[in-house]
Amino acid sequence: MSIRNSEGRFALAVSAPALAIILAVVLLPLATTFAYSFMNVELISAANGSFVGLANYAEVLGSRAFWAALGRTAYFTAASASLETILGLFIALLLNEEFFGVKFLRSIVIIPWAIPTIVNGSLWKWIYNGEYGIMNAIFLKLGLISEYRSWLSDPFAAMNLVVVADAWKMTPLAAIFFLAALQSVNKATYEAATVDGAGPYRRFFSLTLPYLTPTLLVVLVMRTVEKFKAFDVFYMITRGGPANGTKVLMYETYQRAFTNLQYSQASTYAYLFVIIIASLTAFYIKALRKSEEFNA
Amino acid sequence: MRKRMIAAAIAVALVAALAATLGLAGCAKPAAKKGPVELNALFMKQAGYSEDDITAMTAEFTKANPKVKVNLTFVAYEELEPKILASYSSGGYDVVLGDCIWPPKFSKAGVVLDVTKRMAAVDTKDIFKGALDSVSYDGKYYGMPWLNDCKYLFYNKSMLKKAGFSAPPATWDELAAMAKAIKAKGIAKYPIAWSWSQAEALICDYTALSEAFGGGMIGTDGKPAISADGNLKALEFMVKSLKDGITNPKSTEMLENDVLATFIAGNAAFGLNWTYMYAAGKDPAQSKIGADVGIAPIPGTAAAKSATVNGGMPLMITSGSKNPDAAWNYILYLSSQDVQKKYAKNALPIWKSLFEDASVVATSPEVVVTSKTQYDYIRNRPQVPYYGELSTELQADIQSALLGKMTPAAALAAAQAKAVDLAAKK
Repeated sequence: MSIRNSEGRFALAVSAPALAIILAVVLLPLATTFAYSFMNVELISAANGSFVGLANYAEVLGSRAFWAALGRTAYFTAASASLETILGLFIALLLNEEFFGVKFLRSIVIIPWAIPTIVNGSLWKWIYNGEYGIMNAIFLKLGLISEYRSWLSDPFAAMNLVVVADAWKMTPLAAIFFLAALQSVNKATYEAATVDGAGPYRRFFSLTLPYLTPTLLVVLVMRTVEKFKAFDVFYMITRGGPANGTKVLMYETYQRAFTNLQYSQASTYAYLFVIIIASLTAFYIKALRKSEEFNA
Repeated sequence: MRKRMIAAAIAVALVAALAATLGLAGCAKPAAKKGPVELNALFMKQAGYSEDDITAMTAEFTKANPKVKVNLTFVAYEELEPKILASYSSGGYDVVLGDCIWPPKFSKAGVVLDVTKRMAAVDTKDIFKGALDSVSYDGKYYGMPWLNDCKYLFYNKSMLKKAGFSAPPATWDELAAMAKAIKAKGIAKYPIAWSWSQAEALICDYTALSEAFGGGMIGTDGKPAISADGNLKALEFMVKSLKDGITNPKSTEMLENDVLATFIAGNAAFGLNWTYMYAAGKDPAQSKIGADVGIAPIPGTAAAKSATVNGGMPLMITSGSKNPDAAWNYILYLSSQDVQKKYAKNALPIWKSLFEDASVVATSPEVVVTSKTQYDYIRNRPQVPYYGELSTELQADIQSALLGKMTPAAALAAAQAKAVDLAAKK
């Protein structure tokens, strides 16, 4: 008992600094933010500091801005996550084959993923630039456009271009996940299927895809949650414009806190955000469990 | 046992955290007493005085005031506001450089100190009115104007000459007519470039235009007047210039730097921009048009001879500062006539009298002459505490009109409704 006790004390002593830091920089802000969402913490408001109950939630949930931003976030998440999953799968299938230079390709495919998001955003901002962007130059040379044009000035087009920019950076991650799964596939099954007369499509849909389902789910879960939180790529490329066309939840939250000084509204947004992410995660975990049971 | 241990751990952590905050608060007080004073000052990296300038000014200040030590921090413009907001209550920075649109909300939120009494000793009559207005709210001063800037009309001299014009336009109608002629003669495909991206830059251009058309976003009664006649005329002018093809359609995704790039590449005959475009346009390393860069006061209409937007930046003292007196002395030194005269090369002074000074004029004669006229027409963006939100809403509504998603009248009506709502809440 006394030995266990001293061990316990030691454990406590060594983890105390970490606990204190977590308390100060994670739990305390979390609690404060939670409290703010039930108060009026609008620095320029006369009623600053008063308790308002659920009024913030009622106001945010009743505002068009919130639902519009949620819709945009959902679109961005769905479009970007599916784009990178599909592209990632194709790249993985290609890199899973043996051909000259495949080892080199496997190592360089990861490069976009290694670029910091903020740098990636700035890179694509230049690519899309209407006056001197390379996208205009390439499209002009290919004869797809007759003169340099503006790409980011249409709200919906701008959103899709951000989708592409973000998917470009994160596709390698999906590809690596899929490639890892494909590498451990039993080749004999494929040989047997070929002997039985299954063509490449049949082999893909009957063997590869079911085999990849767990990986697919993991990739989707990770990416959906991450995409939902996207901020930096929007901050760099469009700053929510044009005409609010790319104003996603995170950007809206940021603007409320740091431009409008409405800390309570921003906190409310943040907690609504937590609820959405938590329910998404719960849904995915359930789906993952099901697929595991199915595979076992 | 285990439970008790956890409880003990939490208690220890809480005590530690408490001790840390108390310690911070505790050691804060005695510093105000005599002895060496340490000031922390926050500045901006780009535009106006360079980092070297500010470092040199500060060195001169500390040489004259050996008991004061000043620590300088330089950040990008975008970082200024978050940094100020995160640190003002603890006095992390004593002196901060801020945008001219912040004093009303900073004063209301208690971020910066009221310096009205301190300003009594300053010769405010010699400071340009627009600059002074930007630091005052509700009849009080919340900072000292320091960086002086506003937008100007830049024009390409040779393009105007080729189209048969010898002088820059004095009114917006003239400008539109010249642009049409330049376009018709094939001198420039899109003669005007603007910073109409969904950003503060859009409101800067819109302020200059709406004031020139006799509008104004806040009425004399202090209430929002977004859908006023002059404002509508200005927005209609913007939309029409896009339809007529005299405004570069890429303007709706451009910021000031994009206007600069377009203009110095010789792809625009006109552009509104801050002072820095002049030096960049003359610089052979980046500009194709060098000698053709012209600068003039922004055009007007029958309602107003000219109107530009204030882009100045004041120095302020944070409310948490432990050494407001030393901070104010430092601010006074930086904004003094002597210092502003000495460093006039990178930023024009706030003092009217210095514009007669030969050494100041010599830094850039064309700019100094133009600015002397232009400064009389400086207008501020709405001086209201809720400006942050108002600007966010306006940007989106104006863009909707520019992109043809809403009529100008409907866009301004929508913005007015939101503005009334915002004003009522505060």
